[in-house]
Order: sequence, then C-alpha cells, then structure tokens
Amino acid sequence: MATTLKETDVVIIGLGAVGGVAALPLTQAGIEVVGLEAGTWLTRRDFAPDELRNNYRGWPQGVQKANQEIPTSRATASSPTAPRGSIHPMQNAVGGTSLHYWAQSWRLNPWDFKVVSETKRRYGASRIPGGSTVEDWPFGLDELEPYYDKVEYEIGVSGQAGNIDGKLDPRGNPFEGPRKRAYPMPPLRGTEFLEKMAGAARSLGWHPFPGPAAVNSRSYQNRSACMYHGFCNRGGCHVDAKNSTAVTTIPRAQATGKLKVVTRAHVTTIEVGSDGMPSGVNYVTDGTEYFQPAKVVLVASFTYENTRLLLLSKSKAFPDGLSNNHHQVGRHYFSHHQGAGVSALFPFNINAWYGLPAQGIAVDNWADDNFDHGPLDFIGGGNLWVYSDRRPIGAAGMNTFGRVPNWGSQWKAFVKENADRSNNSYIQKSTLPYEDNFLDLDPVAKDPLGYPVCRVTAEYKENERRIAAFTQDKMEQWYREAGAIAIQRAPVGGAMGVSTHAYGGTRMGDNPETNVVNRWGFSHEAPNLGVLGASVMGTSGAHNPTLTAQALAWRTAEHLAKNFNAIARRRS
Amino acid sequence: MTFISRRDLLKRAAVLGAATPVLHEPDVARPFQGRDGGPERPALQTAAAVRREPLENLTAGEMDILDAVVARLIPTDANGPGATEARATHYIDRALGGALASSRPAYTSGLAALDRYARSSRGAAFTQLSATDQDSVLIDVETGAATGFTGSSAVFFALLLNHTHQGTFGDPYYGGNANFIGWDLISYPGVRTMVTAAEQQQLEKHALKPNHKSAYETDMFTKASGD
Repeated sequence: MATTLKETDVVIIGLGAVGGVAALPLTQAGIEVVGLEAGTWLTRRDFAPDELRNNYRGWPQGVQKANQEIPTSRATASSPTAPRGSIHPMQNAVGGTSLHYWAQSWRLNPWDFKVVSETKRRYGASRIPGGSTVEDWPFGLDELEPYYDKVEYEIGVSGQAGNIDGKLDPRGNPFEGPRKRAYPMPPLRGTEFLEKMAGAARSLGWHPFPGPAAVNSRSYQNRSACMYHGFCNRGGCHVDAKNSTAVTTIPRAQATGKLKVVTRAHVTTIEVGSDGMPSGVNYVTDGTEYFQPAKVVLVASFTYENTRLLLLSKSKAFPDGLSNNHHQVGRHYFSHHQGAGVSALFPFNINAWYGLPAQGIAVDNWADDNFDHGPLDFIGGGNLWVYSDRRPIGAAGMNTFGRVPNWGSQWKAFVKENADRSNNSYIQKSTLPYEDNFLDLDPVAKDPLGYPVCRVTAEYKENERRIAAFTQDKMEQWYREAGAIAIQRAPVGGAMGVSTHAYGGTRMGDNPETNVVNRWGFSHEAPNLGVLGASVMGTSGAHNPTLTAQALAWRTAEHLAKNFNAIARRRS
Repeated sequence: MTFISRRDLLKRAAVLGAATPVLHEPDVARPFQGRDGGPERPALQTAAAVRREPLENLTAGEMDILDAVVARLIPTDANGPGATEARATHYIDRALGGALASSRPAYTSGLAALDRYARSSRGAAFTQLSATDQDSVLIDVETGAATGFTGSSAVFFALLLNHTHQGTFGDPYYGGNANFIGWDLISYPGVRTMVTAAEQQQLEKHALKPNHKSAYETDMFTKASGD
C-alpha cells in the first residue's frame, strides 16, 4: 500500500528545464509546491572535462529513470519497430537536461505562431502541405514576449538583440520579432574562424549574427563567466556558467521556503478523484510507494513522458488516459529535422578545440518565412548555425570526405593534418505535425515496473525533405564562400526516431477537439491539470525549443498563481 | 583491478604453444609494413614488453588478435606511434569489465570469427598474416564481406574502430592514450578548465603548447569510474 503524504497546493512532475522554471513564480506567490524529480542533485564537482564520460558513456551515471523507458520508434504504422536506443536523449537530475544541453536560447519568430494564416495570406491555402494538422497558435509572439523577457533575465541569456521595439540593430537578427529590451548579457566571444564565417555570410548579402545562449558571457547573478573549455556539449558546467534551472530558478524557489524538492521520485501515474479531477500523483522511491495529494498537478517531464504519463493514468472519468476523452493525447507529434547537416573541410586550422556549441554564428535568411516561397514547393525553412566545438575522440572520428579510408596509415596522415580543419553545421529545420505522425504506448516494450514505454510513429514528409535540400544548398554556398575545399551532406531524413527536440502530444489550442490543453496550458478536460514543455507547442520554428518552453511554463505558472482558487481542486 | 586467472594463464600458454614455437616472442612472426608500403614499424616485442600487466577481461588469445588489429587500424608509421603505443587495447580490456561490459560478448564472438575468417580465407591465423593480408582481411570485415560473424561483420568492425579511437584519443585516466600519444597526433592542446581569450588567440597563432593533463589530475572533480 502506498503511503499517503500531506496534501500540497501544487505538485510538479519533473524539476527540469520547465518544471524548474514554473516553481519560481508559484512559490514567489506563496503557493506550496512539491517538486518530484526522478534524478538527484548534481554539482560542479560532477562535471569533469571528460569526453569519454560525457559523449560516449551516457553521462551522467546517476539515477536514470529515463534510460529504463527509452521510447521505441518506427517510421509509419506499417513499418517495423527500429532497434531501440541504449541512451535516452534527455536526463534525470534536478535541472534535468538544462544541465548538459547546448543552451542555445532562442525565441521563436513571429511567423511560427501563425503558420496557417500567414501561409494562406501570402501564398494561398493550397500551400499548406497535405495531411498536416498544423494550426495557428492561440496567440502571437506579442503575448509570449514578456515571458521570454522574464526567463532571459531570470536565468541569464547572452546575445545580441536585432529588434528592440521595432528598431533594428544590424549586429543582431533582423528577422526576430520585436523585443522590449536587450539581452541581459552581450553575446559569447567570437573566434577567428567564426569571424571568417560571418564575413563570408555578409559577402553573400546575408545577415549573420551571434546566437543567444543561456551561458554567461560575463559574471551574472554572482555566477562565473563561461570558461570556454570545450566540454559543454553534453557536459554540465564546472563553474555554474551554464544557466540550468538547478543553479537559477530552483534554488530561488527553495529560498522562498515554499518548494519541497523530492529526488529519486519515480512517478508512475496521476490519480483521479471521484469528482473526475486529478487528485495527486503516485510515485515510487527505491521500491516504496507514495501518494502525493495535490490541488493542482503540473506535468513537466519530457514530451515522450508527458504523453506516456497521461496515457498510463486511466480512471473511470478518463478510461483512455487522463485528458484523453477527445483522443488527442499523443497526436500532432513532430521533432525538429535536426539531421541533414553539411560538413566542410578547410585548408587551414579552425582552432575549435575550445569553445561551446552555443558560441557561434547564425543566419536566419532561410528560416521560417523570411524569404519568398512563391516559386518554391515548400513552406518553412532552417536556421544555419556554425559553432566552436571539438574534442579529440570526436575529431578522430571525423568525416574523411571520401579522400582516404577510415583507418590505416593514409587515414592517420589525414587526421594528423585535418583534425582541426573540418566544421559541421547544425541546421534546424521547421517541421509540421501530420495526421499519421503520433505517440502512443508500445504494445510490447515495458519499463522495469511493467509499464509500457512510449512509442514514436513518425517520419519526415516531403515538405521537410525539401526544406532540408534547400537549406543544405545554402549551407554549402556559405562554406564555399568562406574557402571550404570539400563538402559533404548528411542524408535527408526519413524516420523521425527519438529526439531531443520533440514537440506535441499535448498540443495547446482553443479547440478541445484538436488540442489537449487550453491557451493557458491547462487541460480542456481536467481543469486542475497543467502541462509544461514543448509537448504543448504546435509548431517548431527553426530554433531550439527550450526558451519557448520555459517562457510558456512561466506563463502557465503565473496564470495558476493568479487564478489558484478557480483552478485548484476542492476536496471532494 | 582483477588479476589474471589461472584458467587464462593456461589458455594463454595453450594459444602460444599452438600459434608459434617461440614462446617468449609470440608476435614476431609477421613482417611489419605500412598499409601503403610505409616504413617498417618497430618490432612488436617492444610493444609487447610495454603492455603485459595482467589482463582484466580478455583472454590472452583474444588480446593477441586485438593487439594485431589495432596495430593496423592506427599503425605505427612515419607519422609516429599509433594505437599500440597508446595502449588502446589496455583501455578496451579494462573497459570491457565496466562501461563497455555490454560489448564483451561481441568481442568473444567477433574476435573468434575474425580469426576463423583469416584462417579460412587467407590460410593462417590473423596474427600470423602479413600486414598486407591483415589489411585485406580487415577490409572484408569493415565492408561486411567477411563471413562467419554473428550478424554483419561491419557492425563488429565499427565497434572495434570506435573503441580503438576511445583508447587512443580518450583521457589517459581510462588506461589508453598513453603518454598523450593520441592527443599529440592530432595536435590537441589539452584538457583545460579555463581558456582565456588570450589563449584562444595563442591557439590561432599556433603558439599554444599542449599541456598533457588528464581531467582528473586536479581534485576539482569527482572521479568517474575508471573502468
């Protein structure tokens, strides 16, 4: 029998990038919050500059509930299930994946909120790809701007503004929507190579700019500036210069005295009371079962786990899973088409041994609807990103551009000369939701407690593949302008697989027939259930999701704090 | 660290006895020539003398094959020492009892299959073949053309190459990259906890000297499992 704990105002499932943000406005409003986290605390001593551990061994070796429930995946409902990965792309810890992510902290562009209406207006309804279930967001960028601003200042983001209240700054992104003020910190420093790439983009008539990063370019809030030591990619920060929620919003929420952090809490289901309202959360710690009653439940795990947890939480009121009486949980799933990059070889050293993946130069000329799609056969686009990031084992595994075999004396001579002469671009391409791309529970694979894992059924469609080919052309053009002597393109995607940029499954929108949560992030069917994370996002844009998911989480939490009595479950 | 078992000692003696009559020089039977006719590498008994602390996971017979394989993947040649001197196989042997334990069965079956394939297709044990023949066997394994493997031989080859990279270019804390051989080969300037703008500029002017340090030389960090 589970031990029933004392009721709390709000229980947050997962204290990662979004749950860790939501805790702050709630506790600052005096609301009692219990944060259930499957992982443990990690500190700067846990973050050694160790490529083997970070990049090859599924760091960290802590409590990893996630690795016991890695989703399965297949391209379509009639495809075989692909071999299951051995490492979940996200991690459990206080701070979650915000500890070891790249920390690129982008706002979405205005078009991303109005893909349907803007496409119809500019090109006609026929240009919405067939089979897509894309909708406009229930609000525009202007609604989210104050929350982007709060998060940027609360956690700390370095960057160069391109548009302050409509006034354009040529050093920043000319395509970004208006912001009220500059970033709290200047951008991360450049390198000789990044300056060269920026110059090449300008000579093509493009608009390069340094990208935004949740990493301190100078000391901020009494935490250190970045040390540029080169182990940020899947590594935590040894000086707390990466602004994870574990060193920003979570400690601040704890300081209010209103946040109780429970680590090693493996949440299994959300309980629903006889009134049809969620009444609390069941979890297991080291084999002991607990029930944490709460007036409001906020689900803040990752996209796959959000959908999975709702589908596993069956009750009389919700026989097909919590908030799933309209059968929208798991629908409108998509992931960024992050693959299909371009690699280049240069006849000179790039000096990329030090730096971080969030230190780079972006071009947004070919993202979203920043260019005329009239003569083209797709909508959307991609953000082109070059950055300073290299470590020795990865360098040894470099692309040899078809010039030598992958081993032996010729290879050895090649890497001796070229280990620091290649560059890999990262092209994030907008992806749409489609009728036949979805998440559900795997009929076979289970976690060690016997619960089915999440199953991804999704593939990139023609629109995504055309964006990929188009942006690869642009990337090659950029590299050639900077002096590249060889180019190689990665294959354009088929099956989506399991991703770090996973969206949907609990989409936000005004129509309960097609969306799980309303414009505030609360369930259409179970009003004291809120959902946080990119799982509520209906479009991806061409930029990393974390800052948008964090801004949405702040907005949902603030709405809850202001309307607590209306939203909270009354004891039945 | 575990010590070599009595069973492994016996096995090793048996393998050596079968492979070559020269018990104290088990690996000298083949000529050492670069893949593309490069200069001769030092005789392997030098390398053999370097290693040979007790094996932790692989059998002696498996280790002999693996030593011969990595010596071809990252050879010792005009561009300096390779995987042998970096002690990549020591890294693999140790890690197979820890972080790479799930690969242990693949090594057992893969190395045996590789040796069987060498015998059936080239007429001798892998360690007894010339460098040219060893390379041609490895190309077959790499391309999936080699027979007798569980699944495609290409999968086993990719595993071997990946682990050889880890053992040659990984942090020496884990038992490979001896004397920073791997990092010097690719001119990696070294693990640092801070890189100033001035140091980045030195690097850009080819003036930043390698520091030859492991991540765990300071007490700043909680040590990872060394396996």
